[in-house]
Amino acid sequence: NIKEIGPGVEPLASKMAGADSDDSLYPIAVLIDELRNEDVQLRLNSIKKLSTIALALGVERTRTELLPFLTDTIYDEDEVLLALAEQLGNFTMLVGGPEYVHCLLPPLESLATVEETVVRDKAVESLRKISHEHSPVDLEVHFEPLVKRLASGDWFTSRTSACGLFSVCYPRVSSTVKAEIRQHFRTLCSDDTPMVRRAAASKLGEFAKVLELEYVKSDIISLFTALASDEQDSVRLLAVEAGVSIATLLPQEDLEALVMPTLRQAAEDKSWRVRYMVADKFSDLQKAVGPEITKNDLVPAFQNLLKDCEAEVRAAAANKVKEFCENLPEDSRETIIMTHILPCVKELVSDTNQHVKSALASVIMGLSTILGKDNTIEHLLPLFLAQLKDECPEVRLNIISNLDCVNEVIGIRQLSQSLLPAIVELAEDAKWRVRLAIIEYMPLLAGQLGVEFFDEKLNSLCMAWLVDHVYAIREAATCNLMKLVEKFGAEWAQNTIVPKVLGMANDPNYLHRMTTLFCINALSEVCGQEITTKHMLPVVFKMSNDQVANVRFNVAKSLQKIGPVLDSNCLQTEVKPVLEKLASDQDMDVKYFAQEAISVLSLA
Amino acid sequence: LTAGGGGNDVQWCFSQVKGAIDDDVAEADIISTVEFNHSGELLATGDKGGRVVIFQQETENKSQPQCRSEYNVYSTFQSHEPEFDYLKSLEIEEKINKIRWLPQKNAAQFLLSTNDKTIKLWKISERDKRPEGYNLKEEDGRYRDAATITTLRVPVFRPMDLMVEASPRRVFANAHTYHINSISVNSDNETYLSADDLRINLWHLEITDRSFNIVDIKPANMEELTEVITAAEFHPHQCNTFVYSSSKGTIRLCDMRASALCDKHSKLFEEPEDPSNRSFFSEIISSISDVKFSHNGRYMMTRDYLSVKIWDLNMENRPVETYQVHEYLRSKLCSLYENDCIFDKFECCWNGNDSVVMTGSYNNFFRMLDRTQRRDVTLEASRESCKPRQVLKPRRVCAGGKRKKDEISVDSLDFNKKILHTAWHPQENIIAVATTNNLYIFQEKVN
Repeated sequence: NIKEIGPGVEPLASKMAGADSDDSLYPIAVLIDELRNEDVQLRLNSIKKLSTIALALGVERTRTELLPFLTDTIYDEDEVLLALAEQLGNFTMLVGGPEYVHCLLPPLESLATVEETVVRDKAVESLRKISHEHSPVDLEVHFEPLVKRLASGDWFTSRTSACGLFSVCYPRVSSTVKAEIRQHFRTLCSDDTPMVRRAAASKLGEFAKVLELEYVKSDIISLFTALASDEQDSVRLLAVEAGVSIATLLPQEDLEALVMPTLRQAAEDKSWRVRYMVADKFSDLQKAVGPEITKNDLVPAFQNLLKDCEAEVRAAAANKVKEFCENLPEDSRETIIMTHILPCVKELVSDTNQHVKSALASVIMGLSTILGKDNTIEHLLPLFLAQLKDECPEVRLNIISNLDCVNEVIGIRQLSQSLLPAIVELAEDAKWRVRLAIIEYMPLLAGQLGVEFFDEKLNSLCMAWLVDHVYAIREAATCNLMKLVEKFGAEWAQNTIVPKVLGMANDPNYLHRMTTLFCINALSEVCGQEITTKHMLPVVFKMSNDQVANVRFNVAKSLQKIGPVLDSNCLQTEVKPVLEKLASDQDMDVKYFAQEAISVLSLA
Repeated sequence: LTAGGGGNDVQWCFSQVKGAIDDDVAEADIISTVEFNHSGELLATGDKGGRVVIFQQETENKSQPQCRSEYNVYSTFQSHEPEFDYLKSLEIEEKINKIRWLPQKNAAQFLLSTNDKTIKLWKISERDKRPEGYNLKEEDGRYRDAATITTLRVPVFRPMDLMVEASPRRVFANAHTYHINSISVNSDNETYLSADDLRINLWHLEITDRSFNIVDIKPANMEELTEVITAAEFHPHQCNTFVYSSSKGTIRLCDMRASALCDKHSKLFEEPEDPSNRSFFSEIISSISDVKFSHNGRYMMTRDYLSVKIWDLNMENRPVETYQVHEYLRSKLCSLYENDCIFDKFECCWNGNDSVVMTGSYNNFFRMLDRTQRRDVTLEASRESCKPRQVLKPRRVCAGGKRKKDEISVDSLDFNKKILHTAWHPQENIIAVATTNNLYIFQEKVN
């Protein structure tokens, strides 16, 4: 039998010294066989336990048999390949330590050429990881040739993978090899296929970071300039991010000449996607170029982006308004905002596109802390109020969800006059998702507005949601009550909400009766033992006689839920009889949940 | 003449015919699209039965240089299945409307195929090794006694007969309310568009759960609907440019740089109507059934019912060239309307160097239109000329008056035999012509 298996197979006993039984072989044998099972899940399972297999085989057989097998396994499903690529990144010890780490290169190389981006990216990630485990000599003998092979591969998949590997080997190789790597990178930056140029553009910043400053100035800048004027929009937009990274590397005095012309051009690119990218990266850009260039260049550029003809660009810029203003140099911050930014912001408040308005609404409140009380009242408040009345619910929601910023500066009372109608309108919006969103802000609002204001204006809303016709709203409303009680305390609960909740137990609609039970589930713990025993429990007991089975089994579930809050005497003398009665109910589900409650509460 | 020149001095000869020979045509076997890949090594057809058949060009036979390489079946797979939309109570046919190859990215080949609603990305790959060696069983499946296992054995890959596999990689669904008529891959190689009667969507090739609507011509009130999108294509090099044609005979060119939603076109190509030709059918026959950019990206070609027009992208007010495909049908429009033939959607294609265009007609005729010499010829895909290397004879239709010898009268044309789909090898003078259920391959005669 052993002969059939061929050379390279050594009796296991010699390997697992002292292992007296071959029983231990069986599970490993199953795992190995399942590497080629027809069921993907089993293959995946085996791949995830690859380290177990490798341990059993020992380092030598892992190197000579397992890895060659894995190298050829590139036909498998993506998820299997992805798992394999990840495993191999942690395989160094299993092939015999750093001395042998280069054995992992062939399988990872083949994985780095597959068409599926996630797999390739994972293979590159693992290659980057194990590159650190190569000795400087091995790096030049094994790793760097692999990078070169990938970089000059026939298919673009391998060339894109190469782009991600230059930066990890560059710092650790000799200057001749460094020159070669730079040359390879240059070649890939002008590759025929846009995919490779995109990969190169996205790694340009990272590569620049490991290069000596002289080469950043001589090589990287020209590559950056070329990629930033590529014919493909998708390449140019990636160059923007690279530009930001490069700007952080260069001394201030070089920025103007080397990077700014290109970045300025990007901010005015014909393609809205490139301008969008500039808007999206604006804060990073601002930090990278420093205060002087920000004042002279970025402020007008930002104004233009806020006024862009494409709504997507305006929305991206609107998102950055707060961050941009925060990062302005302190000495001129207020003047710049008041004279340059605020006029644009005012226009955006009445933008024709709702995404732009809602992007602005999500950050505009943040300006109040920067501008202080007086400016906020004079200039921002009218904008907040306008947005609170916006026709688009998302805009109003975004304002309400950021009330805390303005609260710190001017107090929420200033807003409350306009706030209330906006909240009421959202609370009654025809779309249940909008209603759901506003419910989620209730605890926050309650905290900011205080108990008095809340009782007067909002309490009735919170109760109305309990009888909403959408279950998700009723459910959120119960959860909301719990959070309100956490804020306002048990006494408040007993006086304001418990009576109303319990009142619903007599509602003719069984769904509303069930809502009472759900509320009790949520409230018992925050309300504490006394209120639960004295006020809630009698209602629950009464409902155990409900004619609707759904209500009855929810009584059983509720008793199970609130049991821990009650004292043991009450459990034994009051809860137990009720559950026992329910356990002999004629309805199967009622019986089931009653029995479950009895066993969970250990009342049997 | 350079390769792919294909002027009319090219003599076309029969090379191969694929598909059943008998006269009973199963509906499912009707070819609905034909497409060469970018190297021309592979040729794909789709049919009404939802199948895709891929042919591969055999490597050249050195001993018989006059016998050029033939296309043989490489892979066949079921791309789409018939479905039923329960919400709208609509049957969704499995018919493949379009196939588009992706530029090759690694050893495997990829193509997009679409029916009316769903686009799929397929991978076609070769496998010539398979793993051998189990621990717990023999290769034939018999289990070994677990007690006899004393060593672990790792499977080894061994060579096997070449196997070609087609596997679905992505399914792009639920983005089209109307019927998809076109798909086109962008030159950035990461996005593609799909067009239906009223909308065009932009997809990322790796993302299936969202697409962006870039054109929407649906009026708020459907009763105001006056035109539909009939075809759409990306520019071969400019990633931001695409065109779409309409049922009113216009072509709009859009620049995706200008805005996210391309409702405003940047160019509108339209030829003023000739008042002398105005008739009840004018609007129907001016509807554009296909639009194709030339390989160099300077021109585009449109096909309407009776003609092929070549437009220079820099001139919007009229085409630079107009070719009549079958002008003799103008007097027959009434009966063509009655038998619905007037709604046939003929496609058209360019040769490798954009000097000749080809499009189909009725009676299994197809037309070669030479742009440099302004000459045209009618050829026929028929079983009569199915002898190896037999040269195709030009056909002539007698438009009226006295019929000359060798001419066919308009009345004897068979309108059930139509050539809607043709494809030209991207470099060489090899063409694929789909008759109803047969695929003919013709090539330049080599002396």
